[in-house]
Amino acid sequence: MSIKGKAYIAGIFEHPTRHAPDKSTAQLHAEVAKGALEDAGLTKADIDGYFCAGDAPGGVMAMADYLGLRVRHFDSTDTGGCSYLVHLGHAAEAIAAGKCSIALISLAGKPRTGAMPPRASGAEVDFEAAYGATTHNVYGMCAMRHMHEFGTTSEQLAWIKVAASHHAQYNPHAMLKDVVTVEDVLNSPMISDPLHRMDCCVVTDGGGALIVTTEAIARSLKKPLVRMIGHGEALKGPRGGKDLNLTYSAGVWSGPRAFEEAGVTPKDIKYASIYDSFTITVLMQLEDLGFCKKGEGGKFVADGNLISGVGKLPFNTDGGGLCSNHPVNRGGMTKIIEAVRQLRGQAHPKVQVPNCDLAIAHGTGGLLGVRHAASTCILERV
Amino acid sequence: MDSAVKYPTPQENPETTHFWQKTVDGKLLIKRCLACGEPHYFPRSICPFCFSDKTVWEESSGEGEIYAFSLMRKSASGPYAIGYVTLKEGPSLLTNFVDCDMAKLKVGQKVKVVFKTTDGAPLPFFTPV
Repeated sequence: MSIKGKAYIAGIFEHPTRHAPDKSTAQLHAEVAKGALEDAGLTKADIDGYFCAGDAPGGVMAMADYLGLRVRHFDSTDTGGCSYLVHLGHAAEAIAAGKCSIALISLAGKPRTGAMPPRASGAEVDFEAAYGATTHNVYGMCAMRHMHEFGTTSEQLAWIKVAASHHAQYNPHAMLKDVVTVEDVLNSPMISDPLHRMDCCVVTDGGGALIVTTEAIARSLKKPLVRMIGHGEALKGPRGGKDLNLTYSAGVWSGPRAFEEAGVTPKDIKYASIYDSFTITVLMQLEDLGFCKKGEGGKFVADGNLISGVGKLPFNTDGGGLCSNHPVNRGGMTKIIEAVRQLRGQAHPKVQVPNCDLAIAHGTGGLLGVRHAASTCILERV
Repeated sequence: MDSAVKYPTPQENPETTHFWQKTVDGKLLIKRCLACGEPHYFPRSICPFCFSDKTVWEESSGEGEIYAFSLMRKSASGPYAIGYVTLKEGPSLLTNFVDCDMAKLKVGQKVKVVFKTTDGAPLPFFTPV
């Protein structure tokens, strides 16, 4: 069974806040759920499936109770920042199988207001925790190794931030709206070699939500029709220290699965939402998904190739995690939302891709190159 | 990191106690599977490659080379260099590079294991040869 064409994204909502000290996390979940329902033209009573991840206070049971949901299908898969891209795939599966007909996916939290609780540890904890692995230095190692093997440069990585900043200038909600140059990125303080501060995403409070439904219900609503035509997911780890390779992600497996199901290739994609926790995250994933050959990501992203209206592959036209929003340190949700805006023709006119009828939303969660997940969603305007 | 840094105490469990008993003697152990011959790290009782339970402890040379590293410029305990080392025996492991000029680290550089004390068993780190 395939999910191709079986599930439609009927409602989207990105919380406009980037700093919410005056709200609770559960409240933010409710606000984004309400926003997505209003966008779809549905009510809470219509929801019969619910998907949330580790950011939902108390997990799926407590969150569903807080929201007052009565659902017949739920899923609390947590794969870090790409959880919501996984949820979208799983919601499509559930809808295709008839397990639910109107699914809510929500994300919310407040890392800008206060520190997030530590990640749960696996069996590796005593053999790794002492060494202070953080997102910055693990992604820094990925960049270091990529530079070592392929000659990738800091200038090339900087182009990814430059492209995001060109898009963010048009997003009134973006946390960083200033257009920056390659020199600006290179002159920003070194955080963890070779990543500079401007190679890193923003830290924001907020969240987002999606409503996923059947074709029949989507056609009864008023929004432009956007549907899932392919999904792939994968996990990757160092596997006993034998498979350690920091130059590629699980996207090398999730991507081909999604493209095969959709029956399209990277060349067909008009717009790409690519998880951008760091500039290196984007570069590696573009290679892994087949937008260019492994090792050629540096050349691919340089000279504005990711800028809408300028380059060949417009990406993260909301400004992405690098400039606009990275709610709860989890960027998967906003990747889907901007892809849907593009397919609806509702992105900002300055960044809207003309006749955008095929988009990809892709992300990784966990620590790229180490233990992580990847999820690829291919979306089509009907 | 220097000797003033307080490292967390490993929490031993039945699967890993032997490993930590040996770090007291300055030995770095890996596991090898007798069925498929593959070494692995960190230690599991069942081989992550062929799923055989015929895994045995083996002393590593403690020598290897830097696969990748990153110098974290700021932290509560000061700058530190995290990295992956690929051991001579094959497996790669996460570590910090200590007792060295962190600005001079290079991918491919030869390193060897050193142990740092904790309130419990000593922890393995690496330093340039």
